[in-house]
Amino acid sequence: MPVVLEHLGKRFGDGAPVLDDVNANIERGEFVALLGASGCGKSTLLNIIAGLEAPSSGALEVPSDGAAFMFQDAALFPWLTARENIELALKLRGVGKAERRAKAQELLELVHLGSAGDKRPHELSGGMRQRVSLARSLAQDRQLLLMDEPFAALDAITRDLLHDELERIWKETGRTIVFVTHNVREAVRLGQRVLLLSSRPGRVVQEWAVTEEHRTDAGLAGQLTGVITARLREEIRRHAK
Amino acid sequence: MPSKFLSGSAPDAAPAPSPDGFRPSDEASGSDRPDATPWAASGAAPAAREHVHAALTRTSTGHEDLRELESGLDSLQSDADRKHRIDWSRLLLPLAALVVLVLVWQFYVSLGVKRRDLVPGPLDVLGQLGILWGDGKLQESVWTSLQRGVVGFLISVAIATPVGLLLAQVAPLRRAFGPLISGLQVLPSVAWVPAAIIWFGLTDATVYFVVFMGAIPSIINGLISGVDQIPPQYRRVGTVLGASRLQMALQVVLPAALPGYLGGLKQGWAFSWRSLMAAEIIAVGGTIGFGLGSLLDQGRTLSDMAVVMAAILLILAVGILIELLVFGPIEKRLLRSRGLLAGSTR
Repeated sequence: MPVVLEHLGKRFGDGAPVLDDVNANIERGEFVALLGASGCGKSTLLNIIAGLEAPSSGALEVPSDGAAFMFQDAALFPWLTARENIELALKLRGVGKAERRAKAQELLELVHLGSAGDKRPHELSGGMRQRVSLARSLAQDRQLLLMDEPFAALDAITRDLLHDELERIWKETGRTIVFVTHNVREAVRLGQRVLLLSSRPGRVVQEWAVTEEHRTDAGLAGQLTGVITARLREEIRRHAK
Repeated sequence: MPSKFLSGSAPDAAPAPSPDGFRPSDEASGSDRPDATPWAASGAAPAAREHVHAALTRTSTGHEDLRELESGLDSLQSDADRKHRIDWSRLLLPLAALVVLVLVWQFYVSLGVKRRDLVPGPLDVLGQLGILWGDGKLQESVWTSLQRGVVGFLISVAIATPVGLLLAQVAPLRRAFGPLISGLQVLPSVAWVPAAIIWFGLTDATVYFVVFMGAIPSIINGLISGVDQIPPQYRRVGTVLGASRLQMALQVVLPAALPGYLGGLKQGWAFSWRSLMAAEIIAVGGTIGFGLGSLLDQGRTLSDMAVVMAAILLILAVGILIELLVFGPIEKRLLRSRGLLAGSTR
């Protein structure tokens, strides 16, 4: 089991806890969508799983080799081409020079950017940059892939396509994906399980399973989206004064 | 309560395809159903349903379809390649400005406000340059100064770069030495000339020492401020990708700081050139060779304004040429490759 979170808590300094008693088990090869309103500590939770921050309390079990990470903005290095960005990830992982080039090309092909490898990030559209970023996080070759609202800044047309793309790549590579989002539709579209995080403090309040039928039946998917949205709003309403 | 709310929130989360999710032209265009039936989707017959794509479900029909859609979107969203042509205004406008300035100068001289030997005209200075060229003095002084300037600058770069990187990356070091380095930048390097003459005598060491004291602090400062302006995200990415401390410095921090570093280099060159001239003007004789500063000082002792003006113009010309031929192209290339040139007046 790649990720186990037990009674995880986090507070910064003496402030109110950001996360409180978070419990979750994520199976190997599973696609989990972590859903929550702003300020629910989604990003903090992801940083803890990635090992970028330490929890204040509780225990967690993560893969010993760490996790690959994909950010909301593509965060590509502007002085490198798309290919070199991917090659840098391979290099920092210790892959030999000859192998790097072939592997980078393979990953570019995987995200359908085989012919855009020599372009600089500023010459790519937002969707293409995010795909290069995805390829770079795959280059890290970690079983666990953490994604922090990676499609939030994209236009709707591009986002819909990238949902299909990400689902395809997840199936092809067998990664375990934890996908943070504040978009209910996105969570239902992508996750096999949707975990709803409450706000202040963040805690897993409910979870839903998304089946294969939801992938093809817009009616079913819409119904589930409605149910989750209602629960999310209930959670938001609690904070009304 | 929840159920009432559920129905209330249904429209935005309903199965009905939203305008952004429903794209009949994708593949349903061949269908005989008109576009105006999206609301029928949720209750439609199963046969019709498989053509309807909301953002909630898979929107493409397979790998090939996805590839095609993506490549279409990519080509729509990326700019077409633009050809770079030679822009003659870059050459002609500065030349025109130069001609105007020379004409104004000539006009002022021909008014006869000042004596000709105090304010020589462009033609006098040009004639003087010709004489200096004939003597071989012009070539000698430019070569001597340029050689010293470049060597002094390169050594400064070699010293300042690792020091600057170290200061920028190690907080205690920076806190300890940062103010001193900034202070050194404010101190005019000419102030070191008397000390250098006492320590090293009238040798090349004096000249180089003054150049170093001028260039090194400003290169270090440029590098540090370049590092300070790196978006924090880059370091985070470096950490996530598993970069060691050294890898972070060389593969992430240094290239990210390159624009600021280049600014520091430019300033460092300006400082070394200025310091060099100051040193050459003050320290004359001994084993110190004959540079542009020496030429200037010689003109002053002989009260020959044409020589003085010629030397000043030569010093200026070297500065302009280095900017145009070395720093300008490097900077332009650097900025263009990062997409920072769009909309600038460069």
